[in-house]
Amino acid sequence: MSAVETLVDLLAGRRPAADLAPREWDGVIGVARAEVLLGTLAHRVEDGEVPGPVAWLFADCRAAAAVATKQALWEAEMARRALAPHGVEFVLLKGTAYAAAGLACAAGRQIGDLDILVPWHDLGRAENALLVAGWEWVKEDAYDDAYYRRHMHELPPLIHKARDRMIDVHHTILPRTHRVTPDALALVSDAVRTAGGFAVLCPTDMACHCAAHLIADGDLQGGLRNLWDFHALTGEFAALDRGFWGKLDERAEMHGLERAVHRAARLARDLYGTRLPSGWNSHPPGDGRYQRRLLARDDWGRATDPLLQQAFYIRSHWLRMPPTMLARHLWTKWRKG
Amino acid sequence: MADPFYRAAEEGALRVEPLGDLTAIFDRRSMQTHLVTQPMPEILAALAAGPCDAATLAARLADRFDLDGEGDAAAILSERLDELAAMGLVERA
Amino acid sequence: MRHRTRIEVGPVQFRIGSDWAAPIAALDRLYAGYPRDRDRPADATVRLFAARPWRRWLRPSVHIGGDYIVPDALPLPLSMGLLAAEMGMNLQVALGWRRHLLFHASAVAKDGRAVIVSGESGSGKSTLAALLGEGGWRLMGDEFTLVDPGSGDALAFPRAVSLKNEAIAEVAARVGPERLGPLLAGTPKGDIRHLIPRADAIAAMHEPVRPALLLFPRFGGAPAIERLGEGEAFVRLTEASTNYVTLGEAGFAALSRFVRETPAFTISYPDSARGMAIVEQLWAEAVR
Repeated sequence: MSAVETLVDLLAGRRPAADLAPREWDGVIGVARAEVLLGTLAHRVEDGEVPGPVAWLFADCRAAAAVATKQALWEAEMARRALAPHGVEFVLLKGTAYAAAGLACAAGRQIGDLDILVPWHDLGRAENALLVAGWEWVKEDAYDDAYYRRHMHELPPLIHKARDRMIDVHHTILPRTHRVTPDALALVSDAVRTAGGFAVLCPTDMACHCAAHLIADGDLQGGLRNLWDFHALTGEFAALDRGFWGKLDERAEMHGLERAVHRAARLARDLYGTRLPSGWNSHPPGDGRYQRRLLARDDWGRATDPLLQQAFYIRSHWLRMPPTMLARHLWTKWRKG
Repeated sequence: MADPFYRAAEEGALRVEPLGDLTAIFDRRSMQTHLVTQPMPEILAALAAGPCDAATLAARLADRFDLDGEGDAAAILSERLDELAAMGLVERA
Repeated sequence: MRHRTRIEVGPVQFRIGSDWAAPIAALDRLYAGYPRDRDRPADATVRLFAARPWRRWLRPSVHIGGDYIVPDALPLPLSMGLLAAEMGMNLQVALGWRRHLLFHASAVAKDGRAVIVSGESGSGKSTLAALLGEGGWRLMGDEFTLVDPGSGDALAFPRAVSLKNEAIAEVAARVGPERLGPLLAGTPKGDIRHLIPRADAIAAMHEPVRPALLLFPRFGGAPAIERLGEGEAFVRLTEASTNYVTLGEAGFAALSRFVRETPAFTISYPDSARGMAIVEQLWAEAVR
């Protein structure tokens, strides 16, 4: 069994961690790092089940993830302090939203940039308020600037000059040129408040966005990690609301994302054991291709599918290492692709 | 526009360690370290008594510093408060 | 990967894979005297690989990868595969290690007390540590020094010392050829030759040491010693640490304690002999 399959089995709880031979952990840890799932794995297995050095490494990962989560939530707080005086409300997206809402998938999960959603008509004011509060354009590049505004679903990326953290301001969850056009107004108007006072997408929209990010928006971006988010999110929501899957179906249809959501659900079922209601339980042959691409890593953590190799760039950009210029440069490089 | 009011961080949010001429402040909310000099630690301590504007803060600090409670002192404190707000250590109330 | 080895340096277990045999053979020779635990899972993975399959043979150039990569790092020719391995190992520790506060610093110890020497390359921190390590000191490491947040103790990372340029002859004059790696001439960092630490330094690599002294050296100029305040030492060490931020409050607490308990100095010295004399003098005063 390959390391990536072992990782998936461990996350799914199909295989006890105590079953692994000590050296099997090399590949599992390498693959988990490459998929940005090591912190998640560190929260999924019990320390007593694994060899000492693995338990220590996992403790390090949990501690580092706790620090990183606080940093990410602080960026959300600073965005609030910058935008609230101008009357701009925003909805947190992705990792920061999961952490702010205290969702299970946030445990150990790395968070990249701060992603926020603002209504289309507030975009100009949000931009000005952020520039006043110390964010600046990652690059002055008129072509890219126009490109972003016209074709992407976000402002060109901004970085805070003192904290060196990136913010992506979205006005919808898929590029405007994408053939699917989710209902951005509904995303904002149906957002819900967390205990800490932040707005996040409602559960069905959160699952839709997660699936869109995985399947519709690029080529299996974030791969196994995004799929894990989908598995954990839907599991948690369905446990709280018996009607969740039915509502998700309706919502996905409204956004034009039913194919992406159903595919994500089937892949999550096949890899992580997500329990789906009967109407969702088909087995179309096209899923195999997706599954193979999700599992395309060797025991040294290398992507064996060339299209997935850009994931390296995403991961490196998450590092945020002290030579802060590094992060800046990587970002620019990755964007230029 | 009226002078802005500023609010200190909630109790326990900051860990303050004097290190010779500098003071290292660790913000447990942001995980950031700030190295500051006088009068920043004193401003933070004075603000902990409750949100206020620069003039009120000058009056609070007058006991400890040779300030006249008005004019220049308030203007200087206003700048410092703005810097502290940019670091996130205080917030506009 | 086709060729592989495992190396334990201080608390870090490396797994190193390579598309070529030569870098692995060179590593195995340098690290032959280090402890080996074949069953211990790795903390860090290093990969030395060819960007395209045919580049294994045709003008072979070694790309450095692993858990963490720097995407625009230039590959090295296969003749410098050992340097690529060293850079790969450093990269994984600098970017990935979370258990201890990591300083870009060399360290030596005597009587259970450590001198930690922090500086950029060219400051002479590596050479000073190597030369002291051939005298009455235990070499703890020439590149990274770890501080345990719980105890405040310094931990060794005694990888093979990377001697550069003039330091090569200076050290080679004092040790036998069996302690030296091959000469890597004309690398992007100049000439490089690795020094295998003394057996007693390797045997003691897991023993924690109380920090006694922190030095920031500058090579060149008249001998000079200047005491550094706690605040300035704090700032300099945050800059010398690759993981201070990621450790959160534990890093803050460890660093505050470190600069309070450890006297810090900047030193200037015109040659190694006088640099070593300054270290001996300050150490004697610090542990008195």
